[in-house]
Amino acid sequence: MVKGRTGQRVRLYVRGTILGYKRSKSNQYETASLVQIEGVNTREDVAWYGGKRMAYVYKAKTKSNGTHYRCIWGKVSRPHGNTGVVRAKFTSNLPAEAMVREKGQGLHVPEQHLKG
Amino acid sequence: RPFFPAAASSLLQPKRPHAPTQGIPMAPTSKMALGIKRASRSHTYHRRGLWAIKAKHGGAFPKAEKPAAVAEPKFYPADDVKPRTASTRKPKPTKLRSTITPGTVLILLAGRYMGKRVVFLKQLKSGLLLISGPFKINGVPVRRVNQAYVIATSTKVDISGVKVEKFDDKYFARDKKTRAKKTEGELFETEKETTKNLPEFKKDDQKAIDAELIKAIEAVPDLKNYLGARFSLRDGDKPHEMTF
Repeated sequence: MVKGRTGQRVRLYVRGTILGYKRSKSNQYETASLVQIEGVNTREDVAWYGGKRMAYVYKAKTKSNGTHYRCIWGKVSRPHGNTGVVRAKFTSNLPAEAMVREKGQGLHVPEQHLKG
Repeated sequence: RPFFPAAASSLLQPKRPHAPTQGIPMAPTSKMALGIKRASRSHTYHRRGLWAIKAKHGGAFPKAEKPAAVAEPKFYPADDVKPRTASTRKPKPTKLRSTITPGTVLILLAGRYMGKRVVFLKQLKSGLLLISGPFKINGVPVRRVNQAYVIATSTKVDISGVKVEKFDDKYFARDKKTRAKKTEGELFETEKETTKNLPEFKKDDQKAIDAELIKAIEAVPDLKNYLGARFSLRDGDKPHEMTF
């Protein structure tokens, strides 16, 4: 998060929506989540994002590490289906509220960790 | 041919052609007999040159001195545990991405200067990249950056005139704080904050590097403004479709 700086806000990440957990019709596996990355609509597009890190950022009432914002880190692991949805694994499973939250809390896919 | 004393000359006699002896039945010469002779004590003595070693040491074999007997240790360890052998693994030097060459403009993705476009100077021994804003253009000083937190663009600056030899990892090492011993009265006082001022030589180094860099940058139209502007994603931007 911007550390109280005035000046340009720079967005170096892509936004995403958490759609749910990896699941079949009546069973769900919370260790992996499904994520829709903005602007990614086909399976081929997902290849660029493979291995990129993701952060689920959310606010909490108490301060930890000096800030109200908290984060769960994760990685894009593979495409899911043909229309650009992506599977992701996080260091700890995403809470179910992640699927409900709209603006202000969200999923960021930073552009980092580009290889070549 | 090696010198053999006379006693062994019998071995050196050339093989006589075997003329068939008429009528007298003889046992066939066995090839093993030859080998047995060759492995004999006297033959190996000569072959190994033990006679030469003796001659070198005045007629007698040199006797190795027995090492002094180790005194019995007073204490034995309680457990028979093997000491861990130190690892001999040497990490490989960090591979530099092929798209990053000296003079490439990089986009910083994280940290204080995220979004800034910056010139890559060289890779340091620790694997980190040495970059400079230049400071005058975008406020990024001579700094180290990790390759993973960087996007390489296809824009290149000509840095053939820039001297980067003096920068290495030691240049960027933190100064060790010397902690004065606290007397009892001072124990509860917080340590005085020593203001950190950038040493003059670092400021001069920055100016020296930037002078060359800015010359090269101003030669290219618009490059100065490009480096001064920050990179940001906008709505509708798709990084996977961008060419950097």
